[in-house]
Amino acid sequence: MTNDLARWQFATTSIYHFFFVPVTIGLALLVAILETAWYRTDNPDYKRMTRFFGTLLLINVAVGVVTGLVQEFEFGMNWSTYSRYVGGVFGAPLAMEGILAFFLESTFLGLWLFGWDRLSKRVHLACIWAVAVGSMLSALFILVANSWMQHPVGYRIDKAGNAVLTNVWALLVNPTFVWGYAHVILASLITGCLVMLAVSAWYLRKQRHVESFHRTARVALIVLIPTIVIQLSVGNQLGVIEAHYQPMKIAAAEAQWNSCKPCSFSAFQTGGFSQHNESTNKVIPIPHLLSVLATGTWSGPVTGLNQLQAQYQAKYGPGNYIPNVAIQYWSIRVMAYLGTLVLLLGLWGGWLLLRNTMRNSRVFLWLSVWAVLTPFLMNTAGWLLTESGRQPWIVQGLQKTVNANSPAVSATDIWISLSAFVLAYIVLAAADLFLMLRYSRHGLAQADAEAAGSSEAAGGAIPALTY
Amino acid sequence: MQLHTIWFLIIVILWIGFFVLEGFDFGVGALHMVVGKSETEKRVAINTIGPWWDGNEVWLVVAGAALFAAFPGWYATLFSALYLALVLVLIALFGRGVSFEYRGKREDPRWRAGWSWALTVGSVLVPLLIGVALGDLLHGLPINQKHNFTGNFGDLLTGYGLMTGVTLLTLCLLHGSTFLALRTTGEMRDRAHQLGRRIGVVATVINIAWVVWTLVVIGGGTVPEPTQIFGVIAVIFAAVLARTNNDGWAFAASGFAIAAAIGQIFISLYPNVMVSSTNHAYNLTVNNAASGHYALVVMTVVALIFMPLVLLYQGWSFRVFHGRLTAPPASSETSGG
Repeated sequence: MTNDLARWQFATTSIYHFFFVPVTIGLALLVAILETAWYRTDNPDYKRMTRFFGTLLLINVAVGVVTGLVQEFEFGMNWSTYSRYVGGVFGAPLAMEGILAFFLESTFLGLWLFGWDRLSKRVHLACIWAVAVGSMLSALFILVANSWMQHPVGYRIDKAGNAVLTNVWALLVNPTFVWGYAHVILASLITGCLVMLAVSAWYLRKQRHVESFHRTARVALIVLIPTIVIQLSVGNQLGVIEAHYQPMKIAAAEAQWNSCKPCSFSAFQTGGFSQHNESTNKVIPIPHLLSVLATGTWSGPVTGLNQLQAQYQAKYGPGNYIPNVAIQYWSIRVMAYLGTLVLLLGLWGGWLLLRNTMRNSRVFLWLSVWAVLTPFLMNTAGWLLTESGRQPWIVQGLQKTVNANSPAVSATDIWISLSAFVLAYIVLAAADLFLMLRYSRHGLAQADAEAAGSSEAAGGAIPALTY
Repeated sequence: MQLHTIWFLIIVILWIGFFVLEGFDFGVGALHMVVGKSETEKRVAINTIGPWWDGNEVWLVVAGAALFAAFPGWYATLFSALYLALVLVLIALFGRGVSFEYRGKREDPRWRAGWSWALTVGSVLVPLLIGVALGDLLHGLPINQKHNFTGNFGDLLTGYGLMTGVTLLTLCLLHGSTFLALRTTGEMRDRAHQLGRRIGVVATVINIAWVVWTLVVIGGGTVPEPTQIFGVIAVIFAAVLARTNNDGWAFAASGFAIAAAIGQIFISLYPNVMVSSTNHAYNLTVNNAASGHYALVVMTVVALIFMPLVLLYQGWSFRVFHGRLTAPPASSETSGG
């Protein structure tokens, strides 16, 4: 019970946290691109768009930062047995994240936000790039740490029975990390692009500030199209890596109970998600596709869940080693299907750009506004696939989740904390959404006023109030 | 010196950095409604820490992560022992952290008042609760042979822990008032001076009482350490300087007083990192709670290369925004409240 509650809490808080992280990483990069365009062209319109999207970025960062603290504390709070066991390896990337990434990101964000009139154009531009780099570095170290849980490398077990680091380089070239990190950064960029596209499309549909938002829609689409193409193949490669190191994860993602060769991929299925469910109905099986996805070859074999279960029992002793199959099966499909739809939307947008008719295509603009929901669904599905697919392990092959929680923390404690976090997160989400939508709709006028106010103030001795 | 000890020192420095920097942020947050009467003045008060509070808070994040990396045993026992207290700290940090960005985004006076209260309450609770936790390290908590906490929330509220919390809170309030005096002009500066004079007296009395408590009860009647003497002198200096117009020196003195307070907790603790009130044989120490040698070497290299860089650019950001803040003329202030 305590363990399940701790899992619920960690899942809730990390999914929530990861609504905000990719927006931050993606928008930081796009805002940096907009400010670079201002720096190079001196077109004041780029400056106002930089400020406008910069404010949307800041509204998000606020929640991302505070919810990130919860994540860092939770390892020790809820998973003290895990923390004691792996801290000697897992802690190092977290500390590096703080020293290399968080200081950079937060210090330069402060400089950027308050420095419009105090810093030269060039230094101010450097600040937003430092923020963008900082946010990407922070994801890097988190992915190093997480990948070690998926595929532990560069460690040994010491006399006290704890994991100790033996090779930090091995953590950084862990194939799970390399491909996982690329996947997360691209996903963040896609998220940022879709947010920027949605806001721009909303204005274009209302025919307000058409020139400005046509410009930002173009930037978003130009970044989005290649990114999503690369992402589909990176995701594919990550699948091959995971199939190699965590075969359960991928077998479960196809609900493949028995070994196959070659293996087909079903568009969807009903039934078949538990071991004793006989009434499996696979709809539209696509021959060879699972082989390609899991092994990178046309007819590669995939070991089934039942066979893997037998292997794991022989190796690790009795127990259930099969993750939740339905979560795996649907998560990978949410990503693949929505990803394809986003690609189609991007290509459509690119075609409209070439023909210079985007501002007239009301259907495209309407779809682009609503497409903003897709990255959040895909990002969540991605983490569910990764984390739920590792179960029952907290560290693949080393420690089971059921053995990892804090003995000092009772179920009552977690009920209290879980309720408190959920309540606080609902309030934060409401405030964040409210401000995002409100600022998206009225913000440009406000940004113009602020810019005017601050340049007036720059002439005198009195600085403008930012907060 | 052994790597364990070096990392103990680094963690002490990180905690000192956190409290000296975020300490004035807490003080400003807690006092912004007292020093700022009108809406504009409140905004000025908040903007005195505007560019820096986020960077300052990272010191806490890094202190926590460094604890995890260098002393996993300490991190695991401490964070699970403080469970409900940390939930409260986190909620307080939510309200506080978000309020900076969200408060000014709407002109509705009720919206602004709400976030002002979130900022005030959060800024009081966090140093108080973390202070209680630091006091508990030294006082001791029920910890068993496996280094697991065996008590409940009530066991965290030790008398000495509470005293430590109140001491740190008053020091942060003093630090915030000297900072506000340094960063504002006119009536706001007058109010900050007035507050500084009052808080200075309270902080001095509490600080001395706390040091005596540490010496008599915790230290068993030993002679005071240099840090403890230094801390008392610093807080007296801060209290005296707060009565003058030497804003810079008053702020420096309140900073030293906080640094000394954090420093003496950890110096009294060493070589333990957590005391077990169940049995001293179960104490967590720098040896039995530390990471492996190789991990500590890697982290030392990273810290030695990058921490000076961090200090450099954080110092630069303090330079860029130095100077006093004045409220803009009423015409350019768009607020309705």
